[in-house]
Amino acid sequence: MKIVISASDGKLDAPYAAHFGRAAYFLLLDTESDTWQAVANPAVNASSGAGVQSAQLVVNHGAQAVISGSFGPHAYQILMAAGVPMFVAPAGASPSARQLLDLFKAGQLQQIAAPTTAAGGCHGEEGAAGEGGR
Amino acid sequence: MPRIVVASGKGGTGKTTIATSLALSLDSSRTLLIDCDVEAPNAHLFLQPRLERREEVGMLIPEVDAPRCTACGRCAEVCAYHAVVVIGKRVLVLPQLCHGCGSCAYNCPEQAIRERLDVMGVLEAGPTPSGVCFARGMMQVGEAMASPIIRQLKRWAGDGTSACRQAAQAGLHPDASSDGQPIVILDAPPGVSCPVVETLRGADFALLVTEPTPFGLHDLRLMVDVTRELHIPAGIVINRDGVGDGQVEAYCAAVDLPVLLRIPLERSIGEGIARGEPLVAIRPAYVASFQQLYACVESILMETER
Repeated sequence: MKIVISASDGKLDAPYAAHFGRAAYFLLLDTESDTWQAVANPAVNASSGAGVQSAQLVVNHGAQAVISGSFGPHAYQILMAAGVPMFVAPAGASPSARQLLDLFKAGQLQQIAAPTTAAGGCHGEEGAAGEGGR
Repeated sequence: MPRIVVASGKGGTGKTTIATSLALSLDSSRTLLIDCDVEAPNAHLFLQPRLERREEVGMLIPEVDAPRCTACGRCAEVCAYHAVVVIGKRVLVLPQLCHGCGSCAYNCPEQAIRERLDVMGVLEAGPTPSGVCFARGMMQVGEAMASPIIRQLKRWAGDGTSACRQAAQAGLHPDASSDGQPIVILDAPPGVSCPVVETLRGADFALLVTEPTPFGLHDLRLMVDVTRELHIPAGIVINRDGVGDGQVEAYCAAVDLPVLLRIPLERSIGEGIARGEPLVAIRPAYVASFQQLYACVESILMETER
């Protein structure tokens, strides 16, 4: 099974990245061959559409499950359309990708059925823009 | 046709106060005020227009004809905003990211993409009791992009001016002459981002309203950078003069920007504005100040032309 985990660095022991679209790296793990590779996210600093590009990227890599901290509506819509289930890390903790993989294998990660954040990811949350924000 | 944009950078400095009172101080038979703050228009509160014209506006967004589509991915490839995504055999359109450029439809080798109007807001216009023509845009709640609405508002308001003018003249100014060039005053949204740039596009002059505080100065600097980038001559209005410090004045002198008007912070002005009264109704003496300001703008424009 091919699993993608959003990560802050291209290493298994790096803390996971809390927001899917703005993750610095995606770790592509193959549970059958027990191999993995890191892919830098070209959309990490995109002005908009980061979730779209990230989702497209992991779908193109054949992801069968994605683990992150939160998913915006665009990423959610695309991953749903591609039939890729999304799982979120437990709130409050900051596990490494390796720890998340273990939790996933143990069936302890929660699968989501709706986007977990508003569009605009880490810098467009409600109220943050305010008057003249955009 | 002088097109004057009233802008500020910082919100709440008094753009609408200045824009509406400037409009009310000039020859109303040839003045049009366009409220370009489509996210939160409020100039109508001061001008009390009778909104007679109304039109829905939006953007042409792609619609995929599934049987024709071969999922070749060309549409997703040419979309600069990642608003079209091809997942397996399916094409997903994300309207919130679409900028309406039409590249996907144009480049589709199967002609499988049609464009349909996605309504984003409404344009409204009509005469005001003062004789000034008025137009505004109202963006729908939940929309993210104001610029396309502002772009269409500016074009639409210009188209309808003569109709509004006839109505205003028939009812209110039987002997008003429409000689002389029309004056267009655009009340900009706050900030210095895309909607403000869209409002400034094609303007002849930028009237920058600020307040003499560090925050006012910070955002004024950004605003001045934008007007210089766009090669639009600018002048300053200092509102709430007397609060804060002298840094705004020092900055204006240093960068050679004329201070065209100062309005002191006075409780009675604030109270009048809160009741929806224009500044020139609260303090009629400002009519002459605004006329003087306009004369200064005209002479700056003449110098620039030379």
